[in-house]
Amino acid sequence: MAKRLAVVDADSCVGCQACMFACARRQGVAGLALARISVHSAGGFENGFEVSVCRACADPPCARVCPTDALLVREGGGVKLRPDLCIGCQSCQQACPFNAIFWDAAVNKPLICLYCGYCVDFCLYDVIRLEEIEESQHASRSWSLLRPTEPRPI
Amino acid sequence: MPLEAGHFCGQPNQGLYDQVCRDPICRVLYIDLSKRRFWIEGRPDIFQAGLGGVGAGIRLLEEECPVGADPLGPENPIILAVGPLVGLFPMASKTAALFKSPHTGNLGESHAGGRSAVAIRMAGYGAIVIRGASLTPIYLVIDGEQVRFRDASGLWDVPDSGTVAKAIRNREPGSGYRTIMRIGQAGERGITYASVITETYRHFGRLGLGAVFGSKRLKAVVVAGKMSLPVTDRRAFQQIYNEIFKHATESEAMRKYHELGTPINVAALNAIRALPVRNLQANTLPEDQVEAITGEDLAQHYLGRRVACTHCPIACIHLAALRTPHPKEPYFFKTSMISYDYEPIFALGSMLGLVEPAAMLRLIEEVDRVGLDAMSTGVTLAWATEALGKGLITTAETDGVQLAWGDYTGYSQAVQKIISAPNDFYRALGHGAEYAAARYGGQDFALAFGGNEMPGYHTGPGGYLTFLTGARHSHLDSAGYSVDQTALKKGETLDPQQLAEALLREERWRQVLISLGICFFARGVYTMDIVQRALAVTGQDWSAEALEQLGADILRRKHAFKQREGFNPQTLRIPRRILEIASAYGTLSEEFLRQAVQHYMEQV
Repeated sequence: MAKRLAVVDADSCVGCQACMFACARRQGVAGLALARISVHSAGGFENGFEVSVCRACADPPCARVCPTDALLVREGGGVKLRPDLCIGCQSCQQACPFNAIFWDAAVNKPLICLYCGYCVDFCLYDVIRLEEIEESQHASRSWSLLRPTEPRPI
Repeated sequence: MPLEAGHFCGQPNQGLYDQVCRDPICRVLYIDLSKRRFWIEGRPDIFQAGLGGVGAGIRLLEEECPVGADPLGPENPIILAVGPLVGLFPMASKTAALFKSPHTGNLGESHAGGRSAVAIRMAGYGAIVIRGASLTPIYLVIDGEQVRFRDASGLWDVPDSGTVAKAIRNREPGSGYRTIMRIGQAGERGITYASVITETYRHFGRLGLGAVFGSKRLKAVVVAGKMSLPVTDRRAFQQIYNEIFKHATESEAMRKYHELGTPINVAALNAIRALPVRNLQANTLPEDQVEAITGEDLAQHYLGRRVACTHCPIACIHLAALRTPHPKEPYFFKTSMISYDYEPIFALGSMLGLVEPAAMLRLIEEVDRVGLDAMSTGVTLAWATEALGKGLITTAETDGVQLAWGDYTGYSQAVQKIISAPNDFYRALGHGAEYAAARYGGQDFALAFGGNEMPGYHTGPGGYLTFLTGARHSHLDSAGYSVDQTALKKGETLDPQQLAEALLREERWRQVLISLGICFFARGVYTMDIVQRALAVTGQDWSAEALEQLGADILRRKHAFKQREGFNPQTLRIPRRILEIASAYGTLSEEFLRQAVQHYMEQV
């Protein structure tokens, strides 16, 4: 099954941003320009932190709005960028409800989590985790309610 | 030679350019507040010679600060400098600020973490130089190549510096990639120990950078940016990074900062009779009194969250969640998150006899909100309390405030009066313990060294030698308190010369660490070998000898600046109180300290 990065406990995040630096390092550079995950305060350090990263939607809105089909939907959820098709229109960025699509200003193309999990090893506080996408998570795609199969006894 | 505006790294010396200027560390952003203009210069000369941080900063200070400058005049520059390891390696999170101190009248140097260092580096600079003074209140927004001058007249005189931060946070972009350095009312009014607050819980605390901001009508500086930094060898980069990360997080090297944080010192120093109590009239608190303000108890009853500086997994910043009931409404509480570290606990707790933890936390918060340095405030109020008790001053001077050990209300009122300065006495308190004692008496128990109020270590001769000789008169200059504690454990005694040499060695090496941008709490991780290998990844080749020479050179330059501005080691004041109350190490001798000072000054 496909893997995805899950934010399991943002309330435990200390805001060190070690994950962001790890992401850039995985891509062979130092700094933050290529980070595909972001940690920012929830309105000041006193209020704790929010973690923005692609959650690998089963039916990703970013892919649906891409005018050039540059975002391929992965089996199991999430997307893969085909840079040769991308025109840098930023529609995907606007469509993501989690603000989890970042921008590589140098090449004018989106930066989206690669689901590699390299950052997880640098989070000391178990805020993020690499996990298998469960079959049951696909159920959400039908938007159906959980109803009892038998009618309620009268 | 400064270059033309807009250019960078265009030095004719191509070799120098190649070595240092592949890295944007050599870019210096100059901002002239008087003319409201800015420009960028390539200064590989400065960064090749001094690495960054204080090594680059002291050179810029020499260039920028005229002899005899008024610390609160437009001629006093603010220099913010970061090091080459910032943005690459963990725990490289510190910005060094250099200026002429309005508190001591000589070297002003203060270090802060938060997001400051990484934000400056990610905006593409090694240093920011702020010159001149604005006619009207402003704040600066530095966003990569852009500098914007924003009106801050509405933000001036807001009682709570946190409110100012919220306003700026909501108006400016870059959340997660920025620092917001700001002052409180203390800085606006030129209290000589006003701090600059960054990310609510970290500070350029000591020596009055906040007052220098205020004198320039500079309310805040926002710096934001994200960029990539090149490395020479990505595999070597990841390897050495992992080594540093593992050592920091899995060994004992940083465990105490990680778990209880610096308040672990409260119980430890109390046990060896090194905790200054009630203006150092005692060196320890009884078990039942100290317990509630120890790191252990505070963690158990109040710790609500831990937070970190950018790129530091240790997360040493401990926040207490303090519930306060509404004065009238039943079943109604607010919860404040208050940062507690050892130094504020000492200065605003034990030093004032304030051992009720909720009251102590509240006082820490109030001091912070107005932007005063916690240590100088506590030690100055401790002097005032004793002076009032001894009748050197009366409630006429204190404007009716009853200063008494352990009485939160009096101290809370006094903090507000330091800001509002209703009379000469509070104006004197706004210049610190040494100044106030020179006016009103009680110099024997005015616990300032080189003009700077003491930190909370009555450990022995090493601690005091650091306060006396350290270039910033800070316990972190050469950590003599640690030398004392080690000697105590081993049952050793050092003579004045040996002690001076040990502190000099330490202070020199710390110049290298802060020039790289490394937090002193990570000193056990960043050994000479690690530093050299980390620098190699940035393309810089430094031998051990060269680094050691650099440390010695920076320290010499700092002392030269101090002496140029009137610092005289011969006239250093040693308050009698520290000789009257036995330290952890035993009773101290003035002669020993004077000899050690002399050895230090001869060898520096």
